[in-house]
Amino acid sequence: MRIEAIGCEPLLLARFNLENSRSLETYRRHGGYEALRKALTTMSPDDVINEVKKSALRGRGGAGFPTGTKWSFVPKDSPKPKYVVCNADESEPGTFKDRYLMERDPHMLIEGMLIAAYALGARTAYCYTRGEYKYLIDIMDQAIEEARAAGLVGERILGTDFSCEVYTHTGAGAYICGEETALLNSLEGLRGHPRMKPPFPAVAGLYGCPTVVNNVETLCAVPWIIMHGGDAYRSLGTEKSGGTKLWSVSGHVKYPGVYELPMGYDDMEKFIMEDCGGIPNGRKLKAVIPGGSSVYIMRAEDIIGKDVRMDYEGLVAAGSMVGSGGFIVMDDTVDIFESTKNLIEFYKHESCGWCTPCREGTDWLVKAFKRIARGEGRPEDAQLLLDLCDNIEGKSFCPLGDAAAWPIQSAIKRFPEDFKRHLLPLAEQERVPAVA
Amino acid sequence: MNPLPKEIEEEIQSFSPEVEAEIDRHIAKYPVKRSAILPIMFIVQRERGYLDAAGIAYIARRLDLTITDVWEVATFYTMINLKPVGKYHIQVCRTLSCQLLGAEKIVEHISKRLGIKPGETTPDGRFTLSWVECLGSCGTAPAMQIGFDYYENLTPERVDEILDSLKE
Ligand SMILES: Cc1cc2nc3c(=O)[nH]c(=O)nc-3n(C[C@H](O)[C@H](O)[C@H](O)COP(=O)(O)O)c2cc1C
Ligand code: SF4
Ligand code: FES
Repeated sequence: MRIEAIGCEPLLLARFNLENSRSLETYRRHGGYEALRKALTTMSPDDVINEVKKSALRGRGGAGFPTGTKWSFVPKDSPKPKYVVCNADESEPGTFKDRYLMERDPHMLIEGMLIAAYALGARTAYCYTRGEYKYLIDIMDQAIEEARAAGLVGERILGTDFSCEVYTHTGAGAYICGEETALLNSLEGLRGHPRMKPPFPAVAGLYGCPTVVNNVETLCAVPWIIMHGGDAYRSLGTEKSGGTKLWSVSGHVKYPGVYELPMGYDDMEKFIMEDCGGIPNGRKLKAVIPGGSSVYIMRAEDIIGKDVRMDYEGLVAAGSMVGSGGFIVMDDTVDIFESTKNLIEFYKHESCGWCTPCREGTDWLVKAFKRIARGEGRPEDAQLLLDLCDNIEGKSFCPLGDAAAWPIQSAIKRFPEDFKRHLLPLAEQERVPAVA
Repeated sequence: MNPLPKEIEEEIQSFSPEVEAEIDRHIAKYPVKRSAILPIMFIVQRERGYLDAAGIAYIARRLDLTITDVWEVATFYTMINLKPVGKYHIQVCRTLSCQLLGAEKIVEHISKRLGIKPGETTPDGRFTLSWVECLGSCGTAPAMQIGFDYYENLTPERVDEILDSLKE
């Protein structure tokens, strides 16, 4: 698997190839914790927030919300304790970048969490990590202990008045706990059902206190921004999407991996065909899901020769989304009916059961997909699937419902031929190679 | 919910001093004890193989919760095993990127070799085979975990090597 920066100097990946990249010593030898020192000794919390605002850093967890703006929502005058929570639940199918950030450079994340805590006036930060990533929790625990021993975590950090504890926390196998309010319930020791918003976590989050939840990659960008300035970060990307972004590339490419690209990288075709080595086995590109399983699927025709710019605006213009940057590539052997069936089974399994449209809707969708897969498809089933999606999208309690509907809606719309084939009477179906 | 029979309720008085200290360290991380419930469930599961009624009762006592409080959490999370699993829990990813690269073949191969289908445990209690959702190994697909250990870029031959290397 490849891990490399293309079209920019490695920023998030800068230390990935160093020996002992996860040790405190290596991190400090390469400038680690200097951004924290700079923030604590030369900047006010508001200065830090302003710098992050200037950087145009947007949340890398999926929603792309401007990070500085989110931080400024935390009430300054609240007498309650405040919390920073790192979202390391990374469970969106196709996404594995946070895993490598934590595995290779855990101190970068700890430094980002500490700077965020300083900006927000928090004295406690938790890193909520998916349960399957136990080895990363061990790596993080070890890094936190190292940092504590060096006076970088705990009381009076770097000899200043700023004190902050950093703790890891484990999830236990539930995709929904990546949704920030479900995550907070889970961190409070409850079932991971989402909460009503508003109030937003910035106002009433963990234990009812002001809380900022940020993705691993978002927090990892913060030390660089503080060290080099928000303007410098922004100028690496575009006006509206600052900096660089990690793309987790999987599926039918020669070189899957984690790629760091500047925001606004031109263009997606070159990325797939050259940077990722193209499609193996002499096959042709058929489809791409560019931002994790929840975003709209794209046809090859909407990528090849289309100069699709890889940033928030560019992907929306091309009919999809950046999402988590989980970039799944499919060649022309793939039956999009089958790939979509695979994803709806995921959403059914992960629906938390709290609200009826999502819980029942995903169940019905799976039943319909299974029946069609058995060869019992009917021509009117395409409309049935769309109606089922329509009863979930926009009618569910949290965005997981929409996330379940979008892949199906876009697949039926953009790959009608793959669905039609299954909706004809069995005798008329031409044999299509199944996925895998 | 009816109270549990007294002997189950009291079956686990405490774990070893080391394990009790480990549990205390988790509780100390949070202003509210209940937050430590998942880390403690994993510890109880590690010590007893799975989370049984006695384990639930122990956690309830340890965190000042009702037994129902603990059950409702335990039944939500797929990594909490409420039934015994094999010594080696083989969890193969079924999600899209792994499916594209042959996850089904991997499970077929394991099934044939161990004589069990996904969801089953070998009669000797050594292996349980499960399908799981995306493990965050999509770039190194197909992938599986045995317990907490990752195995990636799987082929049937690689699977054989891995299974051969596991201790009795
Ligand atoms: C169903 C669902 C799953 C999510 N999973 C994750 C996740 O695994 N990791 C993550 O960082 N954000 C995830 N999010 C987004 C979070 O709710 C939240 O927006 C994010 O953690 C905020 O951090 P950011 O602003 O730094 O992106 C998920 C959202 C939804 C609706
Ligand atoms: S939309 Fe789905 S995941 Fe979200 S609250 Fe409803 S049932 Fe739960
Ligand atoms: S799809 Fe199998 S690890 Fe992500």
